Amino acid sequence: MQESVIMKIHYGTALGAVVLVAIHILFRMTQNFSESLQYESVIANYHFLPYAIMLELILILLSVHGFNGLRVILIELKQGVGYEKAVNYGCIAGIAVLVAYGSRTILMAGFGM
Amino acid sequence: MATITPKLSDEFPLTIASSTNSVTLRISKFNPKTDSTATFVEFKVPVQKWTTVLDIILAVKQHLDPSVAVRYSCRQASCGSCGMKINGKPALACYTKISELNSNVVTVEPMNNFPILRDLAVDFTQFFSTHKKLKPYIIRDDSEVTGDTKEFLQTPKEVEEYLQFSYCIKCGLCNSACPTMATDTSFIGPQALAQAYRYIADNRDNGKKDRLKIIDDSHGIWRCHFAGSCSQVCPKGVDPAMGIQLLRGYLLGFRK
Repeated sequence: MQESVIMKIHYGTALGAVVLVAIHILFRMTQNFSESLQYESVIANYHFLPYAIMLELILILLSVHGFNGLRVILIELKQGVGYEKAVNYGCIAGIAVLVAYGSRTILMAGFGM
Repeated sequence: MATITPKLSDEFPLTIASSTNSVTLRISKFNPKTDSTATFVEFKVPVQKWTTVLDIILAVKQHLDPSVAVRYSCRQASCGSCGMKINGKPALACYTKISELNSNVVTVEPMNNFPILRDLAVDFTQFFSTHKKLKPYIIRDDSEVTGDTKEFLQTPKEVEEYLQFSYCIKCGLCNSACPTMATDTSFIGPQALAQAYRYIADNRDNGKKDRLKIIDDSHGIWRCHFAGSCSQVCPKGVDPAMGIQLLRGYLLGFRK
């Protein structure tokens, strides 16, 4: 993939995450802050499908953005064809693992498992 | 036939005659073939208010230590040969007066981010090879010498698009100041990127696609963190950091 496409995704995920995290934080204001963080309120969020989808989107956006940021830092620190390939595939694997684990949490909470 | 050998001191009367001030010049001495680390050698040198850093280095070289390795040529900030770190900042030795340093100690070191050949002389091989890779010339199928016209006319506005970037003298100071180049040895660097912009922004050029492809690499334009130090140190007033941001505009689709 061309670096400009990767960086467009990087900037896009950053903007998307800022918007969705802002909505996520604003939702805390619908009730008392400490109350919003209680077990029942959190589970209720997961049971509310649009909110669960938003959490899933935040998870994907931050995973992609974060791991691409890590990839950029790592390829700036050290260079080499083998090393860079390992960093690229390692970061893709990192995104997949993090999204899978986070999605599992969202699904389990959503289905009350 | 008699051979006339000029007295070396005649070339530098200003550093010898009627001087009231003096500075300590610290020169970094390093030969990669024999030394493991750089050492500083100190010299007390008389100066006048118009004396430049290159003047005192050459005075030392001629009178005190001929082994000092330094690259220089025009002595008027045109050739870009005498780039070095002066009191920690990349600058042209011929363009830096001792009086503007506000210090009695002048420390000169080779530029960062370049392999050292010896003392203050650094290797420009990779620098010029990267510059060449970006095709620093007008690319187009036709020639200006065909037909009735002998040149491609441009409006002042069209020239303004790239003019400041054409002032680059390839001194390497921007690359030396670049924090990304300090860690990423494969990074294209501000000099080559600014030159890529210089030709892409030129309306006579048709090589935009080729150059954008070259800079759109994992060690290309996107590795610039916009520290802006390249623009700070440029002795010719070129703003490579701005050129890089404008180039990004082409890649992100903001500019055509």
